[in-house]
This record gives sequence, C-alpha cells and structure tokens, in this order.
Amino acid sequence: MAENHTTSTDMPVPYSTGDSKISETTIAEMRELAARYPVGRSALLPMLHLVQSVEGRVTPEGIEACADVLGLTGAEVSAVATFYTMYKRRPVGDYHVGVCTNTLCAVMGGDLIFERLKQHLEVGNDETTEDGKITLEHIECNAACDYAPVMMVNWEFFDDMTPETATQLVDDLRDGTEVKSPRGATICTWKEAERVLAGFPDGRADEGPTGGKATLAGLRLARERNWTAPSGQHGGGGAAAEQTVSPEAASGPRPEDQPGKESGTGSPAIPDSRKED
Amino acid sequence: MLTPVLSDNWDQIRSWQLASYQRSGGYDALQAALRMQPADVITAVKDSGLRGRGGAGFPTGMKWSFIPQDNPKPKYLVVNADESEPGTCKDIPLMMASPHTLVEGVIISSYAIRASTAFIYVRGEVLHVIRRLQQAVEEAKAAGFIGTNILGSGYDLDVVVHAGAGAYICGEETALLDSLEGRRGQPRLRPPFPAVAGLYGCPTVINNVESIASVPAIIKNGPDWFGSMGTEKSKGMTLYSLSGHVTRPGQYEAPLGITLRQLIDLAGGIREGHELKFWTPGGSSTPLLTAEHLDVPLDYEGVGSVGSMLGTKALQIFDETVCVVRSVLRWTEFYKHESCGKCTPCREGTWWLVQILERLEKGQGTEADLDTLLDLSENIMGRSFCALGDGATAPITSSIQHFKDEYLAHFTHGGCPFDPMASTVFATAGASA
Repeated sequence: MAENHTTSTDMPVPYSTGDSKISETTIAEMRELAARYPVGRSALLPMLHLVQSVEGRVTPEGIEACADVLGLTGAEVSAVATFYTMYKRRPVGDYHVGVCTNTLCAVMGGDLIFERLKQHLEVGNDETTEDGKITLEHIECNAACDYAPVMMVNWEFFDDMTPETATQLVDDLRDGTEVKSPRGATICTWKEAERVLAGFPDGRADEGPTGGKATLAGLRLARERNWTAPSGQHGGGGAAAEQTVSPEAASGPRPEDQPGKESGTGSPAIPDSRKED
Repeated sequence: MLTPVLSDNWDQIRSWQLASYQRSGGYDALQAALRMQPADVITAVKDSGLRGRGGAGFPTGMKWSFIPQDNPKPKYLVVNADESEPGTCKDIPLMMASPHTLVEGVIISSYAIRASTAFIYVRGEVLHVIRRLQQAVEEAKAAGFIGTNILGSGYDLDVVVHAGAGAYICGEETALLDSLEGRRGQPRLRPPFPAVAGLYGCPTVINNVESIASVPAIIKNGPDWFGSMGTEKSKGMTLYSLSGHVTRPGQYEAPLGITLRQLIDLAGGIREGHELKFWTPGGSSTPLLTAEHLDVPLDYEGVGSVGSMLGTKALQIFDETVCVVRSVLRWTEFYKHESCGKCTPCREGTWWLVQILERLEKGQGTEADLDTLLDLSENIMGRSFCALGDGATAPITSSIQHFKDEYLAHFTHGGCPFDPMASTVFATAGASA
C-alpha cells in the first residue's frame, strides 16, 4: 500500500508560462488582506490562497506579488509556499478530488477507492486528467472519521463513500452535472474555493444541513431517551426548542443521510449496510 | 448517560445562524460575562475545572491567568481550529453546526484575558466550515457582539477567521503561531511560553475549539454546574467521537469518565458479526488500547493509568479484520509526511521507521527489526523538538506491546495475512474494487 504515497508525476514544474493573471485588482485585494492583521505578513497564507484562486496554482508572478506587497523577498515567500500541502506548483484541475488514505479511512475502504479512481481516471497521485477537470490526490485525515471512508472535492465533504459512489462522483464532475456536498454547498471550482479560503466569502454558508447522520448520532439518541445535561440556568437540554427542530434532526432512517442522495447528482444511494438506522 | 450541551442546538433549523443560536439562549452568556470583571471570568473558568480539550488537558483558567496583565503589549487569543490529529473529528462538526458557540466563547475568553484581537486558525481543508465561521463572525459584528464598545461595556475586540494551508504540525501551538505570522509552521523553543511571548512576541493564549466553546455554558450555568458532570479531576461534559467499526459512528457528548464499553453500546455495538480488536483513546498519537481496556474511565487520569492518553477523545475502533501492522505503517507514513523537518530525531527517525515497517509489512523483516523499531522509538521519544515525534512512536511501541505475534505472523506468512477487503464498509454490500 505504500505506493499510494508516491507521486508518479515527474514532469517539471513550469517556472513561468508568461500568462499570469495577477492584476491590479489582485494586488489591491492582497493589500486588503494584509490590512486585516496587526502585522501584514500574517496575511501571507491567505494571499497565497488568493494567488491560487487567480492563477490556478502558485506561480512565480504570484510569489513576487506577495513579496512586493509584504516587503519580503521572493525566496522568503517561496519558503512558505513550499511548506504547505494545499499550495500547488502544478496547475490544478477544476475539481481537486481528495481521497483520505490515513489509517481509519484506508481500512474502511479508502485504499480501494483510491486505487479504483486512479484506474478510472487514468492518473496517478497528484496528477490531473487530460481534460484538465480533475486532480486526484490521496489526502491525510480530514477530521471526518465518523463518516469514513471520506472524500473531499474542492475541500467539501463526501461521506461514507464506496468505489461505486466515488466513480459516479468523478463522472458527474467531469460531465458538468451539478454536484452538492451532502454536508456542504453546491460544488464550485477549485479556484472559487481558494478565493473563499483567502478570506473573500461567496455567500454560500447557508447551503447544506447542520450536520450529517454521524454528527447528530449522539444528540438523536439523547432526544430519544430523554437524556439531558443537568439543568443549570441552562434549561436542561433541547426540549424547549422542539418546535424548531430541523429537517435533519428527526431520528430514524432518512434518505438525506445516504451518500450522494441529497446531491441529486444521479449518484446512486448505495445503502450503507454498516448502519442499522 | 449523554449530556448534550455543546451539541444541544445542532438539530435546530439553521443552527449555524445567529437567529437560531439566540433562540437557544445564545449570547446570554456574553451579556453576563460583560457584567463581570475580567478577572472574575477567569476565576469562574478556573473553578469549573475545565481542562484543555485539544489533547493535553491543561487547566484552561490557569492558562489564562498566566497572561501578565501588567505587560503593556497587546494581548491575543488564538483558537486552535487546525483539527487534524488522525481520528479527531469533533471541532469540525461543532463549527459547522454551531459556529456561534465558538464565536461567543471567543468573545468571552478574549474579554477575560483582555485581548484586543482574536484569531480562529482553522485548517484550510474544510471549505464549508470556513464559510460558516466567516458568516458567524460577520453576523456577530453586525449585532454589536464584536467591534468597539461591545454592548456598551467599553470593551473592543476584533476577530479574524484565518484559513491554514495544509500542515498537521500547525496544530502544535507554537508552530501555529509561526504559521499565523506568515511563516513555515515550525515549533518554537519554550520558554518563553506563548503566555509571555506568543504571537508577534506578545502575551497570547492558545486554546482548542472545544475548550473555548465550553466557556459560554460555564459562564451561563456556573462552575458548579459544570463540575457536577465528570469526575473529580476531569470535570464537565465533552465530545467523544466514535469512528470505525461501530454500528453508529458519530459524536456522543457525555460526562468525562464514561467508558468505551458504554459508548460502544450507545453506538449500537461493534459492527455486526465482529469483535473489538484495538482502539485509540484520543487519536493516533495516543498509544493503542485493546478489549481489556473497555472499562477504563475515559478521563485524563483513567486513560493515563493504563499507559495511554485521553487526547482528543477520538475513539477509532478497529475490529478483528484489521491488520495492526498495516495500520501502524500508515500512521507512521503520516508522521513522516507531516514532520516539519526542524529537528533531527523526528525528521530522520520517522523516515527510518517507515522503511522498517514497510519491510515488516511485506514479510521481509526479521524479529531484530522489532528491536530496531523500539530502539528508534526510544531515541525519538522525548528527544524531538515537539510532541509530533513523540506521537509518532505511540502506535509503534503500543502495537508491539499488544500485538507482537501479529508482526511475527507477517514473517511466517511471507506478507500480510489479512484480506484488505474484509475491513471495508462495503465488504458486505457486494461492492468490490
């Protein structure tokens, strides 16, 4: 399984392609980011996300722009850009597809899903399909272990995956079908996602549920059995708010909880045999 | 049995919005806190017995009291929302469902330590969580909970949501500070401790999301209420995250001191037809435990007494279909990948550990390799710059302690004796790779 962790891309990193899209607007936005912090350099990580949102990768021009705005050298910015895995030196596709292959997801199926996707997309780890749509990468733990095996598309969650739902998902992305995260928003492009990470909201925070089935597992059980925290001035539990219980909240099996179902993407809702409810 | 406090509003319609949060009593605690002296807020949190929920379990109120208030420099609060310890998945669902619980905690905590600016450093790989945090902070600003002269108290605070860029090491608090200063995320030598010289060399408190999110309930209901839950030295409620081979994985909020046997029961048992083999109490950096530890109280003392750590209460459950050697190799590859390279024992040691484990997994090792692994681990443990190196050795030493025979079986079998399909969630669904 160790071969998961090697990159088969030996292609050189293009230094500059001469078509940088860093503009006066980008520079102005970089200055805006720097002004949000007591010390401007704190904005460097957000600024590099912004570079990726404009360029589709961290380009030499982007590095120089960050350096100019912050009064650093290009080397100082490069040192930072090369430290963090989310910064990419090669162009990323419209959709960055991550498959968690850390231990828990790996044994729950992540390894087999990653193998299947490499074959299906005919790419290796950290490579992009020829149509420029999908970059496939195995990722480390993404803090969603209760939904293993987990995939991410442009850093949105896709839960309880199987090889079938995984291939359907990437097919939908390539076909341009609208895809929704079961615990997030309609999938935007990788560049658009990077702009949000830079600190420029896209107004989609209200899409999606409060959480999925695993998030609410304990709370549902507590409601079912009438367990609450000791009453302080707190009022002891959620009985007071029953009138406003959300659609996700009712106990028992719900179609929305099935992977892919809520997205309406045509991804088959494979019943999750692991879960009895 | 379960005591939903942090998770109590997660089933409300649009629980992430200010209006919903306020319907559940949100921001009442802020009003109460602003009527108190900052020092009294610290005392309340101290008296509650709240201990850091990010893994180390350091008393939160005590950490706050280390901030030298006679220091003329600005003070900062930094929330560690870089949740990335393998198995840990509690802060992300909390921030997704109820970001205002964290934001309210941030404002109260900042007021207590008299911080002028607070930062929420959230890992970059969680787009929708970041959207909701950004929106919650904007809503709180518009409502006058963040900004100048908050609710007429004369207290001013700015809150910045800051996305990281993919580096596990930034969960280490001093590496997080370097990263937040726009540098490579590498840990700093201590002392000086962040309370004295942290962000920009100024007094800084760094707390985990769950710790800060627990503060509003403590202020609202009182330290005694908090202390009425949990055990003598590990007080309060906390989020236990069950993942892996249980029937209903997920978040279970219970008093500290509940046992894994009870939690597995709540989660519907180990997946049908299988039995518990090994588990982590608090992420991969906490030594593995087995079925003989099912009745250990899951508090800081209980888990410590059996040679592991409560950590982040990330209970990863593995049944008998899972190969320990494969699991440990994968975790070790993770530590190798995430080692920041600053210190030699961790940078070099994790690479050697992976090479030896790879050999072992392929059945090409010898029993002497196990001794080498333990020797290497001993030379990393306690000798690396930060806890990442220590954490890397935990799965190795504990797995050799509990499952030496399984390592040996790889030699006699000439490779891994386990079928990787058997452990998958789709093993019984007829799917195949």
